[in-house]
Amino acid sequence: MVFKRYVEIGRVAYISFGPHAGSLVAIVDVIDQNRALVDGPCTGVKRQSMPFKCMQLTDYVIKVPHSARQKFVRRAWEKAQVTEKWAESNWAKKIEARQKRAQMSDFDRFKVMKAKKMRNKVIKHEVKRLQKEAAKKA
Amino acid sequence: MYMSLYRLMAEGDKKKVAKKAHCSRNPVLARGIGRYSRTAMYARRAMYKRKTKTTETKIEKKMKVKTPSTITKTVGGDKNGGTRVVKMRKMPRYYPTEDVPHKLKNHGKKPFSQHKRNLRATITPGTVLVLLTGRHRGKRVVFLKQLSSGLLLVTGPLALNRVPLRRAHQKFVIATATKVDISGMKIPKTLSDAYFKKKRLRRPRHQEGEIFDTEKEKYQLTVQRKEDQKAVDSQLLPLIKKVPQLKGYLRSSFCLSNGVYPHKLVF
Repeated sequence: MVFKRYVEIGRVAYISFGPHAGSLVAIVDVIDQNRALVDGPCTGVKRQSMPFKCMQLTDYVIKVPHSARQKFVRRAWEKAQVTEKWAESNWAKKIEARQKRAQMSDFDRFKVMKAKKMRNKVIKHEVKRLQKEAAKKA
Repeated sequence: MYMSLYRLMAEGDKKKVAKKAHCSRNPVLARGIGRYSRTAMYARRAMYKRKTKTTETKIEKKMKVKTPSTITKTVGGDKNGGTRVVKMRKMPRYYPTEDVPHKLKNHGKKPFSQHKRNLRATITPGTVLVLLTGRHRGKRVVFLKQLSSGLLLVTGPLALNRVPLRRAHQKFVIATATKVDISGMKIPKTLSDAYFKKKRLRRPRHQEGEIFDTEKEKYQLTVQRKEDQKAVDSQLLPLIKKVPQLKGYLRSSFCLSNGVYPHKLVF
């Protein structure tokens, strides 16, 4: 398939830029070619119109009729456990890792460098050992 | 009804109430001009009630160093008596008959020694700094205190990165977020700007020959510097050893590499 995620009623989207950057919303209705009516009751985004450009579609869809009121969007969101599933997803983990890396202090960077060095040494040692064994066998 | 309120007030007054700071009681008529005169403001602010001064504590008395009024100096040669007494504050040697013409006084032009010294809020005693200029550029160093000239007193410690007790300029330093708890440390009082100032040898014997060679080029380590360094570092090193990996951090130096942009780094 060329496209796997479609804009549909109930599609959960991640907002990539703008005032609500970083939060999840559900598409409740489509206004026109460029905008959707969007609501994020469990993520603190008020019900509003939002351009499709700033939304990135996720894998999650909640079962909600079009133009459903916020109460029902919240109910469907919690039933589908979207926030928990999102927190476990690789996408969310990568975002968090990127934020952590940006907030690292100079001392933290030094500690990371030392940890990486130690880890790579162990890995290389093991690889060399396995290579030697394979070479011996051959 | 008024009587009962008055009685309530009198009882409350006996306890000291922490008062909120009042806004200015002198409304502004135009910039620089207030509604009330100096004496009217004295009365409005009730300064007549605020005249007590707390008794000076013994510590404050000890801190006040009184300069001696006379000094005894030694006299060379025998039969001269070994010493003579010299007054520090002498009477004038000449009283002019007419007034000496004086220049008009300046306003607000202070000499460097009286300038206000600022210190970045991120630099506090115990902060790890990155030196950016000088022979120790790139080295990470511990900040001790700000001297009276505004320069920062800094130490390696010497055992970790060969940076001695030294002065650093605030502008040429990056303050990191890493701090060592220095509050228990005692820094010798002799470490001041005069202690660190470069000495100049200035005794040309009026010879045009080799003046430029004999001037002191190499810095000579003195015993006092070694002792002061030891005194400070012996207190600082155990504090550094308490924090894991801090010793290795101070031994390493700061560098930029590909993809590392200073404006995006959080120090």
